[in-house]
Amino acid sequence: MKLTKLLATAAMTLGLATGAFADGHEKTKVGFVYVGPIGDGGWTFEHNEGRLAVEEAFGDKVETIYQENVPEGADAERVMTQMALGGADLIFTTSFGYMDPTINVAAKFPNVKFEHATGYKRADNVSTYSARFYEGRAVQGHIAGKMTKTNVIGYIASFPIPEVIRGINAAYIHAQKVNPDVEFKIIWAYTWFDPAKEADAAKALIEQGADVILQHTDSTAPQAAAEQAGGVVTFGQASDMAEYAPFPRVSSIIDNWAPYYVARTQAVMDGTWESVDTWDGIPTGMVKIGEITDAVPAEVKAEALGMVEAMRTGAYHPFTGPLKKQDGSDWLAEGEVADDGTLAGMAFYVEGLTGEIPQ
Amino acid sequence: MVRLEQRPSPSAFWTYATPILAVLATMVAGGVLFALLGTNPVAVIRTIFWDPLFGEFAFYYRGQLLVKAGPLILIAIGLSMGFRAGIWNIGAEGQYIMGAICGAGAGLAFYPSESFLIFPVMIIAGALGGWAWSMIPAILKTRFGTNEILVSLMLVYVAENILASVSSGLLRNPEGQGFPGSRNLRNWDAAANTEIITGSGMHWGVVAAFIAVILAYITLSRHMLGFQIRLTGESPRAARFASVNPTALILICMGLSGALAGLAGLFEVAGPAGQISIDFNSGYGFTAIIVAFLGRLNPIGILLAGLLLALTYIGGEAAQSNLGLPSAAIQLFQGMLLFFLLAMDVFANFRLRFGRVGVS
Repeated sequence: MKLTKLLATAAMTLGLATGAFADGHEKTKVGFVYVGPIGDGGWTFEHNEGRLAVEEAFGDKVETIYQENVPEGADAERVMTQMALGGADLIFTTSFGYMDPTINVAAKFPNVKFEHATGYKRADNVSTYSARFYEGRAVQGHIAGKMTKTNVIGYIASFPIPEVIRGINAAYIHAQKVNPDVEFKIIWAYTWFDPAKEADAAKALIEQGADVILQHTDSTAPQAAAEQAGGVVTFGQASDMAEYAPFPRVSSIIDNWAPYYVARTQAVMDGTWESVDTWDGIPTGMVKIGEITDAVPAEVKAEALGMVEAMRTGAYHPFTGPLKKQDGSDWLAEGEVADDGTLAGMAFYVEGLTGEIPQ
Repeated sequence: MVRLEQRPSPSAFWTYATPILAVLATMVAGGVLFALLGTNPVAVIRTIFWDPLFGEFAFYYRGQLLVKAGPLILIAIGLSMGFRAGIWNIGAEGQYIMGAICGAGAGLAFYPSESFLIFPVMIIAGALGGWAWSMIPAILKTRFGTNEILVSLMLVYVAENILASVSSGLLRNPEGQGFPGSRNLRNWDAAANTEIITGSGMHWGVVAAFIAVILAYITLSRHMLGFQIRLTGESPRAARFASVNPTALILICMGLSGALAGLAGLFEVAGPAGQISIDFNSGYGFTAIIVAFLGRLNPIGILLAGLLLALTYIGGEAAQSNLGLPSAAIQLFQGMLLFFLLAMDVFANFRLRFGRVGVS
């Protein structure tokens, strides 16, 4: 049993070696695994923009391949293996649920580099990368707190993972700071991309009195639902979603993966690629704030831009004390800033949020 | 003037010929589609149907074909028994999920024991989980006359929510830093559904699927239960005269399909998927309905249909990443296959007549 396993692994590695080097490495082959369709206008769209940037930056020296709508689970492993067998040198797996599959496939192909977005498992040939979206959430929260008239803000959450919880907390802290009466209503959609479900969630939130909708899902369906309802403010998620500007979409968080993808591809070409954990935000431009439209009052816009600038220079951190947890226990003392470890594994709400994180 | 004339009984020749014709028609229509999209249609068809079986990387794809077809066949075999008797279990997806949850849960309860009994216990728990979930629509039907199609379908969504709940609660990996998802069963030898021959794709679920095909074949052709199922499907009145107990038959057929779907879920979670996660299910339970009908509710047919559908999935994926086709084009292509199969069915049941309607 052990021996056959060993032999098979050797055969697999051999198969890879002939696959990857058969073309004499004339072109660096970069693969992308997407969880949604490239036309989702949100998360996957921006990753694909990053892929196109890689093609533009290196021209003939690079070949990119991608696969969209890959389910998070057994199928993802096959897609990655397929790419590795096909001679990919670098593979970006762009959703949290690809974590274990990425690690499994990477173990079989030690010469192929893998980059997993938003996960926490690394290996010699697996890097992780993510963006500090919560910086953008803080800005959204500020604008949302100022713009709401009903004091009810709807939040379409995807999965109860730290990244999403962080976003809810960041938005709530800053909404509550400018509007102490504000209340968050959260719907867990359990999907990253499902226009029908997202639209239903948006409608339900609007019926419950929300006049601002924040979303952590990737489609533009909530924007359309808000536009239809009228008078409801939204924010673009992952991508600019500018087709809904200037209203209902008044601003957006844009994930800008292009510089990272270009840099990592360059590293593979130069042979300098190393396994790292990258978590960048507004300062490096990985997170961008989309244009704040004129639907937002001028002074609110100025305050929001001031926040962005303060985060860019590092003068302000969205999680600065005094802050308490939902159960009333102390979290951060006056002036204290949250450490990355706590943020990365955040599994609690801050004080003032109602409801429970689904268990 | 072309008209259709009903055959007294379905033509044996056309029953076998239509699937082949349908595949050929799909290749032609799909080829036109791919040509319109600006790719070389021959290359696409070759990538989908030929390369996974005989191409450069066939050593990997052939195994994956079994991995993908295994759960489809296992579930479809169970469903076909009920379908033949006119018992419509549409909720195999939910039973698949519950089988995975119960099986994985039963195993994880003993973590980190290395006892060889763990995997058998998980198999039994998986089958029981799927069986219990299918008993809900079955008992509601036999006791209160509810519609099993609706109840079993609705229970899929209940199961999905239970799945989300246990992934982020009960079965969550305590070492997972708060992220949802259970421990990875593949990294735990006692619970791992490993390949019997490494690299072959042949895991215990595939073995179970093959055994199910054989047993179903024997049951339908040789056993009293098979006779009762066929009789009930073809003539419920005659079945009653033959003293078939409809309540028992519903319970047996629903239970069998539920247990097999649960088994498929367990083998998947302990093997290819590795862990219970919010997105664990990927539609096998629904696709198996297609497989069952594609295989004409015949065990051997289901075996072939499962392999064919797996081929279009795996080849379709290769076509996407190698030739840059959008995933929607591949789904359209798979849809065409089903469309042509159903459309070609007309030849099995009807005879084409040319010329004027004769005076009779």
